[in-house]
Amino acid sequence: MLANYGYKDASGDFFITIDTDKCNGCGDCVPACPAGVFEVVDEDPNDPFRDDPVAMVVGDKKKKLKYECNPCKPLSNRPPLPCEEACKLEAISHSW
Amino acid sequence: MEDIEMAEEEKQEFWRWTESNWKNPDMEWKDAQYITVGIDVGSVSSQAVVMADGKIYVYGNMRTGSDSPDSARNALKFALETTDLPEDRMDYCIGTGYGRVNVPMADRSITEIACHARGGNFIYGNEVRTVLDVGGQDIKAIQCDEKGKVTNFLMNDKCAAGTGRGMEVFSDLLGVPINDVGERSFNVEEEPSAVSSTCVVYAKSEATGLLRKGWSTEEVLAAYCRAMAERIYSLVERIGVTAEFAITGGMAKNRGVIDRLMPMVGLDPMKTEWDTQIAGAAGAALFGYALCQKGKGRKKGGA
Repeated sequence: MLANYGYKDASGDFFITIDTDKCNGCGDCVPACPAGVFEVVDEDPNDPFRDDPVAMVVGDKKKKLKYECNPCKPLSNRPPLPCEEACKLEAISHSW
Repeated sequence: MEDIEMAEEEKQEFWRWTESNWKNPDMEWKDAQYITVGIDVGSVSSQAVVMADGKIYVYGNMRTGSDSPDSARNALKFALETTDLPEDRMDYCIGTGYGRVNVPMADRSITEIACHARGGNFIYGNEVRTVLDVGGQDIKAIQCDEKGKVTNFLMNDKCAAGTGRGMEVFSDLLGVPINDVGERSFNVEEEPSAVSSTCVVYAKSEATGLLRKGWSTEEVLAAYCRAMAERIYSLVERIGVTAEFAITGGMAKNRGVIDRLMPMVGLDPMKTEWDTQIAGAAGAALFGYALCQKGKGRKKGGA
């Protein structure tokens, strides 16, 4: 399942997508993100029959991702995103 | 005397949509092995669906009050009014929706995304691949497989623009009963362009301006319905549309928005006999049924 967390407003689309078919709930993304955007939950609330833990975007962060992610996204010379780098299974992607 | 009548007319609650409960006349709960309940406490409406062995037995659909636990209790009571099924007979109860953590009788909660996909699959049939839920305060675009399992979802819960609550505010502002909004919004000579903002606050002041300019109520309604349709489409467009396309939630009953949305999507929406508002609760009850079959029901459960 592609879980899109975030929102769209007049200034653009701000979604973090977690591919739950790739995610194994290892939790490497949690300490990697300086803004603490990720968490790992034992039960995927969007997929009740999944038995493995899965990464999610923290509830109260998903409505302000534009600001939470901003420090990692300078306009020029953008380094690789720490969350995407930390995820060896390449389950995390950003829409902007 | 006329003044008093006028005052009473002004007090009419135009937003008030029809609350309903229903019992399947061909079913008897005593025959069922598992009774499962799904309770969907949304921001505007609450539904309780009681299923007997995975089929809808009774349901109730009413407005959410200020208190989530009470809304859940009332919705269930409203559903059970139609039958002699005792409340403690249920084998499993799942809470869903915006107020899902506040459903006191629930054994667990599941997000409305999973429940709407499952419920959409149930009430529209398993050809559904895209479920669009337009609720009271958010819009969810969900893609699912033939079993009703979510494969991709997108939710806009950042504000109430383009949703049921916005439509209620508008029906009140314009004095048009909410059930007539769809019909009357087509009662225009020429389709006006959309209001520039779907934000309820801005759209309200824009609408007031348009009325002062001499627009008819119908024209303002049409402009607002179009704005909502465009706003909903921007979300649907992002996730992509695959046939068949089904709409759940209260907005599915509003022709004014849906008939303007579908030409943009380029598909025909599926039709159903069921109340589109119960999809979430129906999905929750189905999850409960599946859990019972796996032997995860309440201990006393089963026949």
